[in-house]
Amino acid sequence: MTPAVRLSRAVVLLGRFPALAGADLLVERGEIVHLSGPNGAGKSTLLRACAGLLPVVEGEAEVLGHDLRRERRRLRRSVGLLGHASFLYDELTVLDNLRFAVRAAGAPTSTVEPALARLGLDGRLADVAVARLSAGQRRRTSLAVLVARQPELWLLDEPHAGLDAAGRDLVDDLVRGAAAEGATVLFASHELDRASALAGRQLTVIGGQVHDTQPFASPPATAPSPAFTSAP
Amino acid sequence: MLLLGDDALLLLRDAALIAGKDLRVELRSRVTINQVAPFAVLVLVLFAFALEPDRGLLTRAAAGLFWLAVTFSALLAIQRSFAIESADGARDGLRLSGLDPAGIFLGKAAAVAVELLALEGLLGVGVVVLYDADLQGATLLLATCLAATAGLAAAGTVYGVLAAGVRVRETLLPLLLLPIVAPVVLAATRASEAALGQAATDGWPWVRLLGVFAVIYVAVGALAFGPLLEDA
Amino acid sequence: MRGRIIDGLLGIAAAVTLATTLLLGLRLPPTQEQDEYARLIAVHPPIAWVAYLAFGVMAIASLLWLLPATRSRRWDRLAAASAEVGVVFTSLMLITGAIWGRPTWGVWWVWDARLTLSALMLALLLGYVALRRVSVDTERRALVSAIAGLSAVVVIPVNHFAVTWWRTLHQGRSLAQVAPSSQLDGEYIAVMLVGFVAMTLTFAWLLSRRYRVEALVESLEDVGLATAIEERRREGVEAFA
Repeated sequence: MTPAVRLSRAVVLLGRFPALAGADLLVERGEIVHLSGPNGAGKSTLLRACAGLLPVVEGEAEVLGHDLRRERRRLRRSVGLLGHASFLYDELTVLDNLRFAVRAAGAPTSTVEPALARLGLDGRLADVAVARLSAGQRRRTSLAVLVARQPELWLLDEPHAGLDAAGRDLVDDLVRGAAAEGATVLFASHELDRASALAGRQLTVIGGQVHDTQPFASPPATAPSPAFTSAP
Repeated sequence: MLLLGDDALLLLRDAALIAGKDLRVELRSRVTINQVAPFAVLVLVLFAFALEPDRGLLTRAAAGLFWLAVTFSALLAIQRSFAIESADGARDGLRLSGLDPAGIFLGKAAAVAVELLALEGLLGVGVVVLYDADLQGATLLLATCLAATAGLAAAGTVYGVLAAGVRVRETLLPLLLLPIVAPVVLAATRASEAALGQAATDGWPWVRLLGVFAVIYVAVGALAFGPLLEDA
Repeated sequence: MRGRIIDGLLGIAAAVTLATTLLLGLRLPPTQEQDEYARLIAVHPPIAWVAYLAFGVMAIASLLWLLPATRSRRWDRLAAASAEVGVVFTSLMLITGAIWGRPTWGVWWVWDARLTLSALMLALLLGYVALRRVSVDTERRALVSAIAGLSAVVVIPVNHFAVTWWRTLHQGRSLAQVAPSSQLDGEYIAVMLVGFVAMTLTFAWLLSRRYRVEALVESLEDVGLATAIEERRREGVEAFA
């Protein structure tokens, strides 16, 4: 099967700034990969690019078999992005938002109730307008959307941020569950301990490029070279 | 670009989903009902202040003043349609949803059209009461309203997304849109005058012109909305 | 270098023909209907022609940019340049038209088909220019401008029909009645033709200059990419150093 993500010397511009300056990445299906790196290194850009949101101006980029340089739109139904923004409509309730997102993705609406239950949003909260939720509850709602849509590729940008301990455990459970069902998960997080327990592989994003480092060791003494890694 | 069977159905399904979502947001937030409708009636009242309180003048100008009020309200409705999407990355959310952009365009334009038609009903009452207009020619009036509203909604949605993401959208949109919809104001007023028995000529050629305008902008929107939505 | 020579020649030709038009125009005798103002025939129709030309160039360039087969930055630059020059000429068209019509109409403005359409054209061009000015990203700016430009042109025929029907229903004195060229002497026509040449050359010169300025601005911003990529990568090396 084609790899979930394959980038080769990919350059992605934000305006005129090369947020990704020749990134290499290979992620096979079913993997859970952790992206670490300093702020501004390009982790968020990498995730958004894999979601098909950003144009790739140089190099090669293929996600779930779709060539990102040619066609980015069809990919999006198979991908789930959890970003800093919630992608929710404030005026609508949790339930409304979920139903809309699921129908838009062409997924069956039967997944909505289980997703709400899984994230602890069934009952009273389901009928509350998103604008009235706390930050943590909003995050859970975004996660519920992700779970309900059942995408093949999960792209999570700081999924643990804004959640309490129970919430973070829940995220880990969801990630493991998704991978167990064959989805691929690529996530960026500053929580190194949780990430190490969760991920099968760790990559570091620095200066718009992806570097392979020893799983969860401290940064090497010399600058690493960009590596084209294959799956374990 | 022939839309056959399945494709057309999918497009309409996406459009219906978006239109339903937009209208549901409106029902929950009541912006059109609570803000735009009173604004529209206020415009009618202000016209009376500005022109002579001589009822004769207002009655003769009723058609034109009606369509001016509708046009100004359309500006607000369009702004609102896209303001909904700016909340917390919702425009990215739209792109990530995987919906067909032409469907998104049709859905958004349809929602705006529904709101405008409701406003026109209200303003029609306003014009009869405040300006002593005499509504005859119901078929012609109805056809005029439908055709003009379709054109306003379609052109407005095109320019709404064109100006989206620009910080000065509130001031730019009127400057862009008003010259474009000038023929709609002209034709709709002439047709309405004929319907009100105030013109010696036939109103139907004007309705045909409105129809042509609407068709043009529905086509432009269906083609251009996709590229415009990306990187908005 | 060759560009500069062409510009220079265009500029000289434009200046010479403009001066000629002015001289000849001022020497035209006043007519019975329009008195001294008849001389405006030397400049108004030529300016009007150039205004339409600028609009047309903007539209065609926008179309060429939109078509994937012919997409190129140069069409975007050309459209932008033409629109800006078009604003100048459309404004002049309205002003000279008003001045010319005043003695005949008695007022500065009449709502005839042609003037109304010209006013709309000016509004459309101003919107286009404003849109370009507030767009931040150059790629997006090219896209929205092209669509706005083409849409502005598409609406012109609709406007034309609407306004013409409208004005034939009412009594209106049109510009055509103010300057019926068929009733004028060959002398006036000749000067007008010189005016056409002069204005077209001026348009070409202004267009060329504006285009080059745009190209220069873009080249300044472009040079950055390879350097920017290098700098970006260097962030990574420094972090580990």
